[in-house]
Amino acid sequence: MRFKAMTAIAALVAAPLAVMAGPDDDELVINGEINIVTKTAAPAHLDGALTEIYSGWRFRSDETQALEMDDFENPGMVAVDAAREVWDTVDGSEGKACASCHNAVEDSMVGVKAVYPKWNEGAGEVRTLEMQVNDCRTSRMGAEAWKYEGGEMTAMSALIAMQSRGLPVNVAIDGPVQTAWEQGKEMYYTRYGQLELSCANCHEDNWGNMIRADHLSQGQINGFPTYRLKNTKLNAVHDRFKGCIRDTRAETFKPGSPEFVALELYVASRGNGLSVEGPSVRN
Amino acid sequence: MKLTTLTLAAALIGGAAWAAETAPKDVVFAEGGAIEVSLTGVAGDPVEGANVLSKRSLGNCVACHQVSALADVPFHGEIGPALDGAGDRWSEAELRGLVANAKMTFEGTMMPAFYKVDGYIRPGDAFTGKAPEAPLSPLLTAQQIEDVVAFLATLKE
Repeated sequence: MRFKAMTAIAALVAAPLAVMAGPDDDELVINGEINIVTKTAAPAHLDGALTEIYSGWRFRSDETQALEMDDFENPGMVAVDAAREVWDTVDGSEGKACASCHNAVEDSMVGVKAVYPKWNEGAGEVRTLEMQVNDCRTSRMGAEAWKYEGGEMTAMSALIAMQSRGLPVNVAIDGPVQTAWEQGKEMYYTRYGQLELSCANCHEDNWGNMIRADHLSQGQINGFPTYRLKNTKLNAVHDRFKGCIRDTRAETFKPGSPEFVALELYVASRGNGLSVEGPSVRN
Repeated sequence: MKLTTLTLAAALIGGAAWAAETAPKDVVFAEGGAIEVSLTGVAGDPVEGANVLSKRSLGNCVACHQVSALADVPFHGEIGPALDGAGDRWSEAELRGLVANAKMTFEGTMMPAFYKVDGYIRPGDAFTGKAPEAPLSPLLTAQQIEDVVAFLATLKE
């Protein structure tokens, strides 16, 4: 009670100094034709923890936002163009390219990213898009697996995500994936590291607030892979998770680990209803 | 022989310093979360305390708290309450408890404990992302805690 009162007082004191408060009202249309849902009602499973969900795009400056509104301005597209070539390039012992089975990426991959991570019945596991790509490479193409969060994988993942831009994220949370989803949810609320911070501390309880110079978003991942101006490359979502947990002064998890697969499933599901936006641009 | 003498002398000096300082595990919290006794017995330096509040590599308190007295430090956060008037609202013992481990005052608070070395989930070796190879150090030293408390005590409305 005392704390709540203090927080209220703090808010009043802080207001005149705050540079930004909460998400903005800008609307995202890419290339003047792809309408992106960046704000919508929260999915039912959030049970009131959030009433509305916002893409991280809403929390960025006008300048950063603009970079994502035109593919010619989007610096992530350089890697996507490279991946487009790789799509058509034969690799591995079986003499196949991605295109050998999947034909044109613009046709075959529409809607794929929107439902990942998802259950793979044959393998009996939850798979991320990256895991599926590497399974294709090793078991169908006879090619080397790519590094999970490496540049080639992230570029390919961006090329595939891009085919679903504007479609709603619609990740299943029940049935065979439910155990992994529960695991991811538990991780989301676990206060890791010497700073004892959970995902929820910043992205559920404090989104919209400034933490030093950073404007906290809801930590939605509908925009991944994400081109970050900070490191001037496309970033895989597991790399971002790794950095976030590291920044709590914790022993982090590895990209591609079962823990991060579970966390990705859960965090993706928190964005069910937002549009797939990758490759997005953030700071 | 000479070496032994020196080592012995160092041990004695070291011992004396340690005796005056309360280790993180030995801190006694009063009901309500205050720490009545100074952690070092040495009066805190408010100027150094302001430095600890401001520096990213030290307390980085302004990452979450606004402090009007530190207006020259850029980018104050808005996660926790503003600290203006903290010296009116809290006694020195209460401030010491809040800085050392605010969870003893406000159960479940997001604020990290700055004078604690155990009870963590997957603690790392600072910001490396790796498991620690040695016992953890507290986020701030005992004297830095005292310095921060001394600075906060000066924040009167």
